[in-house]
Amino acid sequence: MAKTESTFKNMALSLTLIAAVAATCLGFVYELTKKPIELSNLNKKLDAIREVVPEFTNNPNNEIFRLPTDEGDSLDIYPAKKDDIIVGYAVNTYTTKGFSGTITLMAGFKPDGTIINITVLDHKETPGLGTKMTEPSFKDQFLDKNPVEYELKVKKDGGPVDAITAATISSRAYCDAVQRAYNTLKKGGIK
Amino acid sequence: MNQMQNFTKGFFKENPILVLVLGTCPTLATTSSSLNGLGMGIATTFVLVGSNVVISLLSKFIPDKVRIPAFITVIASFVTIVDLIMQAYVPDLYKTLGIFIPLIVVNCIVLGRAEAYASKNNVLSSLIDGLGMGLGFTMALGVLGALREIAGSGSIFGHKFINGDGILVFILAPGAFIALGYLIALVKKINKTS
Repeated sequence: MAKTESTFKNMALSLTLIAAVAATCLGFVYELTKKPIELSNLNKKLDAIREVVPEFTNNPNNEIFRLPTDEGDSLDIYPAKKDDIIVGYAVNTYTTKGFSGTITLMAGFKPDGTIINITVLDHKETPGLGTKMTEPSFKDQFLDKNPVEYELKVKKDGGPVDAITAATISSRAYCDAVQRAYNTLKKGGIK
Repeated sequence: MNQMQNFTKGFFKENPILVLVLGTCPTLATTSSSLNGLGMGIATTFVLVGSNVVISLLSKFIPDKVRIPAFITVIASFVTIVDLIMQAYVPDLYKTLGIFIPLIVVNCIVLGRAEAYASKNNVLSSLIDGLGMGLGFTMALGVLGALREIAGSGSIFGHKFINGDGILVFILAPGAFIALGYLIALVKKINKTS
């Protein structure tokens, strides 16, 4: 087969054909992977919820509700119930005060506002420094603390939180996100 | 050149990273750990093999004047396929590699092989060329990632073997340049003596 010549008709035809075939293939792959992608996203969310609240029997994803924050935004709240009694709330919270970009957390609170557990969903902090906020050595100081008496401020700002060495900004941002979750829950009438 | 040489040239003689120094952007950015480096390498290998085969098949059909847009369309399709598959089945790795998966489209190695090799050779040679180049790239990324992980966080493939922190600079961007520089020097030395 001889090489196709570079006439206008040939060029338009070959590009159109290639684009059409490529688009069809991508359509198929998209359909094929749509379900698994949705499933993996849902599982990730459920895993995060499971990590931050006590054992539950309902499906928190179906009972999701939103509460407005002080800044006019809103947060997703997932109530965890065991035999129809609320055992905790998982709050999908965020902060824009991170060292680089937004940090999103899932914070679990008991109905009285005590922090059960916190897990980081997404962040772009410096590897080796800010990323330490996902480790127990930093995270564990928040567990079982109630923000009413436990001020969410790093030591540099006069609070009780031990900041990560060389990552004070990330530590502050972390506190900010948890505080936002707590304030939002409180304001929403949930103590 | 026989097919064996064609395959092995990607590892030392014409290694895309260590000898040709192509596609250094994803190399420097994703090798903060050995697993990330390998994951990135394998994703690129898949794209490279796929695009090499398809472009070699189509090389007679594509008119010369529009070959670059045609090649890029083929490459971008393969990258999108990898992107969707990784999102579905290895979400954790997908999250760490992030923007660098879609950016394989503009990786010089992929277009470079399409233009310099696949469009001029038959399907089998192109497949072997893509596989060799891709695995050479994967090897370079894996070694670089492992070096940086060992020096920077004292672990390998996520298993910690020393307590405490490593030399932090190796995890950060400057460490990538330093480690890559030494690795290139080493491979230059090996290539010279052999």
